[in-house]
Amino acid sequence: MSKSLSSATTNRHYLFDRIFRYTTLLFAFLVFALLAGIIASLIIGSIPAIKEFGIGFVYSAEWNPVTEKFGALVPIVGTLVTSIIALAIGIPVSFGIALFLTEMSPPWLRRPLGTAIELLAGIPSIIYGMWGLFVFAPVFAEYVQPWLKATFGDSQLIGFLFEGAPMGIGILTAGIILAIMVIPFIAAVMRDVFEIVPPLLKESAYGLGATTWEVAWNVVLPYTKIGVVGGIMLGLGRALGETMAVTFVIGNAHKLHTSLFMPGNSIASALANEFTEADGELYTSSLIELGLILFFITFVVLASSKILLSQLKKREGKVT
Amino acid sequence: MLSIYTRRRIINFFNLTASMLAMAFGLFWLAWILFTLVQKGLGGISIALFTQMTPPPGSAGGLLNAIAGSAVMATLATLIGTPIGIMAGTYLAEFGQRGWLAPTTRFINDILLSAPSIVIGLFIYTVYVAKVGHFSGWAGILALSLIVIPVVVRTTEDMLRLVPDSLREAAAALGAPQWKVVTLVTWRASKAGMVTGVLLAVARISGETAPLLFTALNNQFWSADMNKPMANLPVVIFQFAMSPYEDWQKLAWAGALLITIGVLGLNIAARIMFRKNSSLN
Repeated sequence: MSKSLSSATTNRHYLFDRIFRYTTLLFAFLVFALLAGIIASLIIGSIPAIKEFGIGFVYSAEWNPVTEKFGALVPIVGTLVTSIIALAIGIPVSFGIALFLTEMSPPWLRRPLGTAIELLAGIPSIIYGMWGLFVFAPVFAEYVQPWLKATFGDSQLIGFLFEGAPMGIGILTAGIILAIMVIPFIAAVMRDVFEIVPPLLKESAYGLGATTWEVAWNVVLPYTKIGVVGGIMLGLGRALGETMAVTFVIGNAHKLHTSLFMPGNSIASALANEFTEADGELYTSSLIELGLILFFITFVVLASSKILLSQLKKREGKVT
Repeated sequence: MLSIYTRRRIINFFNLTASMLAMAFGLFWLAWILFTLVQKGLGGISIALFTQMTPPPGSAGGLLNAIAGSAVMATLATLIGTPIGIMAGTYLAEFGQRGWLAPTTRFINDILLSAPSIVIGLFIYTVYVAKVGHFSGWAGILALSLIVIPVVVRTTEDMLRLVPDSLREAAAALGAPQWKVVTLVTWRASKAGMVTGVLLAVARISGETAPLLFTALNNQFWSADMNKPMANLPVVIFQFAMSPYEDWQKLAWAGALLITIGVLGLNIAARIMFRKNSSLN
């Protein structure tokens, strides 16, 4: 009697186990399906635009809702240029911050300073946008842009980048604000990977008489190279898709300029500005195709970041 | 001619100073942004902000409908996203040792974690708003819950992995079936960490604007009907800040201050909670 009862209980638990496991599996599969759903819906949504413009969509600079001629070149270039500016500023600063936090800061300051930098990542992007438009841009136009123009404007090589009136808003401003936004992401990854460098390696270098900088540059950085690149890619992924901050300050002009002072457009800001106002199937569909391109670019960037970081993790397992 | 030694010392000194300046550079922006918010937003904080609706330009008002809308949407999105995220995270940590689904899902989840939120908005627009034919609070909630899921999946998995296997083995040795091991032992052991994840997710969605632009849109008036466009703080801030009216801009700054205090407060709360939890382990 008691034997059959216990086997019934076992069976019931076995059943519950299976139900529980398959429920969790179902939800894990849901995450998987979500990505497939996003990609599929974007592709389906952009079919009219793909049919109409074909591959020319990617390199046409025309964007005219009236004649219904759409090309993605301006927003694509704007997205890439602002992200490159963001990385050009963000990478050295993040490296400095990570170096400071791991090698130089007194231990009691590490946590508060690290948290403060991470809080930069917590500030909603719309706040960066408002602050950028109303506070940063006027200061930038008043003091920094004239200086940039006076210093580099006459240069044969890069003078063309700094032409035009200093208006405060434009590609360069968007890039700088993006830099502030990606610094916490890159710095956090760099700090985390710098911390996994075995102390033995660093101490050996110090023992040979290396300076702090030489240890950081010749020991820590080569050891964590892959992770650092992974962190940079993560920051790049963030910068590419950033919407609100860029929308406020980029100027939203569908024109190509060589000057960084001029207004431009990015994929995300074009979407934010025009999507709700888009009338006509082709207009909406072109905007969705923009979204598809953005998703594709960020997907590739984030996937390579993830792969690089996981490689570092594998190697970490071998060394220790 | 400098000796090699002196040159190395100088390079070291110079670069370490630069590193310190980089730190100062980062803190400088944080301080500047927070200062601006307090300076411009504090004046707009009043009782009216929490008791009156968003006004037409030129008259007094508050942000009550926007605050309420944001609160409702964030709450419902969290309620939808959290169980899904916890279950999926549990699968990854507890059952995902074999097969292709777990590594693939983990990979995809990490990508969704940093994917542009505006694309999430586009997705909900094409699969829901375009089908139903109108913007609605539900669409906004769906979009936000899609942002909650990856955050919760990630933290849940990380936290469950921190639970030592000996705990699971002890429970299993006492005859507990696996579902009891997971729900009564590992979930319980990592409760604080999972709450941290949910808090971080709430912080993340409270400030999100981009996915709401084409889903919940905005509403000038009080609305409890989830099938209608719904007012929410971020989109109101966006519209008011971009408007030429001074009183709207003032409200936008007040809202910006509110949202930042809320989001940073949640972030700090999550950190303190996590620290308490990890010091216990």
